[in-house]
Amino acid sequence: MTEIACQVRGLTKTYGTGQAVVRALDDVTLDLLAGEFTAVMGPSGSGKSTLMHCLAALDTATSGQVLVGEQDLTTLDDKALTRLRRDEIGFVFQSFNLVPTLSAEENILLPLAIAGRKPDREWYDAVVDTVGIGDRLRHKPSELSGGQQQRVAVARALVSRPRIVFADEPTGNLDSRSGAEVLDLLRRSADQGQTIVMVTHDPVAASYTDRVVFLADGQVVSELREPTREQVLEVMAGMAG
Amino acid sequence: MLRAALKSLLGRKVRLLMSTFAIVLGVAFVAGTLVFSDTLNRSFTALFASTVGDVVVRPEGAVNPMGDLSTLTVPAEVAADLERVDGAARVDGNVNATNVVVLDEDDKVVGGFGPPSLGSNWTGAPAGHGLEGLVMTEGRVPDGPEEVALDAGTAEKAGYVVGDTVTLNTAGATATLEPTLVGIADFREGGSLNGATLTIFDTATAQELFLDGADAYSDLWVTAEDGVSQEELRDRVEAELPDGLEAVTGDDAADEAASDLLEAISFLTTFLLIFAGIALVVGAFLIVNTFSILVAQRSRELALLRALGASKRQVLGSVQLEALVLGLLGATLGLGLGVLLAIGLRAVFAQVGLDLSGQSLIFAPRTVLAAYAIGVLVTMAAALLPALRTTRIAPVQALRDDVVLPESSIQRRLQVGVVLVLAGLVSLFAGLGDVVEVPHGGWFVGAGVLAILLGVAAASPVISRPFLVLARVTFARLFGTVGNLAGQNSLRNPRRTTATASALMIGLTLACTMAIVGDSAKASVDKSIEDNFVGDYVVSNVVAGSFSPEVAERMRAVDGVVQVVRQRYTGGTIDGEPQGVVGIDADGAEFLELTAAAGDVTALREGTVLLQETYADDEDLQVGDDLEIEMPAGDQRWEVVGIYEDNPVLFFPIVTTVDTLLATGAQDKDNALIIDVDPASPGVGDRLEEAIADLPIVTVKDQAEFAEEQRAPIDQFVLLIFALLALALVIAVLGIVNTLALSVIERTREVGLLRAIGLSRRQLRWMITLESVVIAVLGAVLGVLLGTFFGIVLMYALRDEGLEVISVPTGQLAVFLALSVLIGVLAAVLPARRAARLDVLRAIATE
Ligand SMILES: Nc1ncnc2c1ncn2[C@@H]1O[C@H](COP(=O)(O)OP(=O)(O)OP(=O)(O)O)[C@@H](O)[C@H]1O
Ligand SMILES: [Mg+2]
Repeated sequence: MTEIACQVRGLTKTYGTGQAVVRALDDVTLDLLAGEFTAVMGPSGSGKSTLMHCLAALDTATSGQVLVGEQDLTTLDDKALTRLRRDEIGFVFQSFNLVPTLSAEENILLPLAIAGRKPDREWYDAVVDTVGIGDRLRHKPSELSGGQQQRVAVARALVSRPRIVFADEPTGNLDSRSGAEVLDLLRRSADQGQTIVMVTHDPVAASYTDRVVFLADGQVVSELREPTREQVLEVMAGMAG
Repeated sequence: MLRAALKSLLGRKVRLLMSTFAIVLGVAFVAGTLVFSDTLNRSFTALFASTVGDVVVRPEGAVNPMGDLSTLTVPAEVAADLERVDGAARVDGNVNATNVVVLDEDDKVVGGFGPPSLGSNWTGAPAGHGLEGLVMTEGRVPDGPEEVALDAGTAEKAGYVVGDTVTLNTAGATATLEPTLVGIADFREGGSLNGATLTIFDTATAQELFLDGADAYSDLWVTAEDGVSQEELRDRVEAELPDGLEAVTGDDAADEAASDLLEAISFLTTFLLIFAGIALVVGAFLIVNTFSILVAQRSRELALLRALGASKRQVLGSVQLEALVLGLLGATLGLGLGVLLAIGLRAVFAQVGLDLSGQSLIFAPRTVLAAYAIGVLVTMAAALLPALRTTRIAPVQALRDDVVLPESSIQRRLQVGVVLVLAGLVSLFAGLGDVVEVPHGGWFVGAGVLAILLGVAAASPVISRPFLVLARVTFARLFGTVGNLAGQNSLRNPRRTTATASALMIGLTLACTMAIVGDSAKASVDKSIEDNFVGDYVVSNVVAGSFSPEVAERMRAVDGVVQVVRQRYTGGTIDGEPQGVVGIDADGAEFLELTAAAGDVTALREGTVLLQETYADDEDLQVGDDLEIEMPAGDQRWEVVGIYEDNPVLFFPIVTTVDTLLATGAQDKDNALIIDVDPASPGVGDRLEEAIADLPIVTVKDQAEFAEEQRAPIDQFVLLIFALLALALVIAVLGIVNTLALSVIERTREVGLLRAIGLSRRQLRWMITLESVVIAVLGAVLGVLLGTFFGIVLMYALRDEGLEVISVPTGQLAVFLALSVLIGVLAAVLPARRAARLDVLRAIATE
């Protein structure tokens, strides 16, 4: 498993101009391997969300390159970016992941439906099974708990077999038990070969991953493989100091 | 609190402006109507003041009940006698005529067919109260049969200058005249003929042309000496008058004329005010809707205010304050637009000949008061419902993530709706007089229609549900996910969807009703013409007025004409009520193919009448009875010789001979000629046309052309109503735009999410367009259904009034439905573009 799912080369993102310029990302270079579960950590304002948004074709970089598969995101127009998001990328946000008018099942199938693709029934069943909300498929999001909603969101991100799934603090709004369920789900997906990138503040969440990338002031400052909670805490303490 | 309310108002100005648009329009209609009718009023008051003397002496019955001048006159000796009355400075005799049409150099009728074409003699008399009245401003007073003067406006429009030969058409004994223009007259002290034309002859010529050469006058003006009031002079004149003449003060005569005119235009003002009402009702819907959405969006903010210690009343007050500001704003804009509307109305009326350019617009304080009262009241009343809802927001909701505004239950809405519809039905049928007779039926009909519309609107969140579900399923099938999402969105808040649709529903209901009424009226006209048209050609005056008897003579002389039957309309009084009478040639009864119900319809002779069957039954008259009628020349007794089955060709239910009418004071003028030609004579139609080629106001038509001409005014009327209803539709479209725009803002995060997971901009635009189409089609379906119902009920109620055919123009209704799809698509353009432009990242980050 040495295939590279996403290559980041010299990625820089600035906001504002002149005196007020903010370098949210400063020359970030990074390879994300296929099938790897990566956590992005760092202090508030360090550029984690910005990095995610640039990788996930939600935002355009100021300079540098982002390659997802063979496609260079920085050269694509809005249409192509939309298609890329639809077909190659999955998302889980911190909250408000589901369309309130649609049932859980419809929400899960939404990316496929938008693309006009037929769901792979077997894969769909497998995803629903893993997510463990089989008995709640006909419910509207308002009838689901926060944890269930996040798991439906994960299912939606997985169902189109995207090249990468991005999750921005997916457990940020959940209690620890619901959070653990969602993290378990992501871990199992990664074990089945799904590439996942997750932003988190939580060392426990980070311990579910294969690799942690630390950002500070828009730069990659450190990295851990097979992290444990303690290791993560240690790096974080070092950065704070 | 005040600051907070105003701030939030400013933050949303564009959206609020859109919802005020309907108020602006409604107020504009009210203000425009008031300004225009005040202006019209003032202008005619000025005119009438300049066209009466201090005391007017006229024959009793000078104007018959149908509004025509009769042939009754004031003998010239009376004028001479009155000069000796104490306090009379001078006495002048006037000869008045209508239907003296001025043609310009291209033989076009000057001023069009709308305004009256007057003729008179020149006296140089001052008008009442020493007003100078009409004066010769150019040239000189006409003298002799070959000379005339024209009023300044007419001369200018026709392009005539002193010295030109003027072409005139008259309904008098000679159909065309070609005198020389020697003078131009105008009102020196204000006043304008308002588009009417006036041709002035010398007295002898006028008497020759219009009074059969008698040395008499249509009326006299007696001018008071200084210090003698109109009333004093009237009493003195009255004492000297022989029987059959009356004296009135100039002030009374002017008032009479003015109130007649006001009555004539009250139709127009009523009409415009009804549209003002429609715009305001539709507008109220939009305001309720907008405020509901705004209050819902701000419920968290309002809850926070409550948590910070604001009282219920303060929260309610802040919403009402917004409505007040909005109402004031709408009324101000409406007032401005109303003035423009009045200017527009003036221009439109100038087109049909009512030229008010001589009078500046009258801007009465009442107009301003009415505009502000209406604008503010409607807005605040409409905002009250949503505002009251804010009082049910609990402070604790500020702490919650999703604040749900309490709303009245949908079941309650259904109950209210059903009650309203039932009450409306009762009122509607009562007004139509089918169940019970009520006075002022029109009001009951109007109230009934309004109640049913409001009832359906109230109940529509429930009754529209099947439609919305069907739309969702259909859209999902046709357009896949995007269709499904759009359908779901319209179902998510049925109240909002249906309130928006209701605005369109109201406009389309009225449009459909009018379409059915118009179509049925046309079908009825067609049927009646087909059933009753006799002869080969009809000759009539374009303005539905009368024309010279010379025309009949000319037609009789045309090669190939077998028979010409004259028809003329006049009026008398029966038991104090005005009653129209038809005069025909005595041998015409047979020709008209009247079917006898009793007696002998071919036995019509001078001094006898035929009666329409319905009329005879109503009045309980039989063959052999005498009909007692007061004609201008006095009381008459006409023997009933026959009763005919109802026939719409005859305008009035009493038919006598032309000679009978002439003998009892009617003018010698025809209203229609029915001509039978020899089919073997080729080109006879062309020869008929030729015979009246110099009389542009008289036309000859065959059956098809006649039917076409009869249908034309109905078409124009329906078109006019459609044009006004189009405004209601514009309001409705703005309502949809507004609701969609607000919904998009409300759903910013959802839109962001959809875009993030791959919904393209195009798909997003599609989604919003489809949502808009659902709203529009829902409104159209409800509107077409209700409109068809109202149309059929109305036509059914009118079946006794000669509108026996009920015709539903299905093609037109289909066009309305198709149009609604277009409306939906158009209304979605801006909100959809706005949604598509949303920055995905920012949308996701929106709280
Ligand atoms: N739209 C924007 N305009 C200007 N500056 C921005 C914008 N978005 C982010 N920034 C700035 O860029 C930097 C990185 O922001 P980013 O949201 O990526 O941080 P983060 O690591 O996700 O923080 P957190 O952990 O609080 O979510 C911050 O300094 C932030 O102020
Ligand atoms: Mg962040």
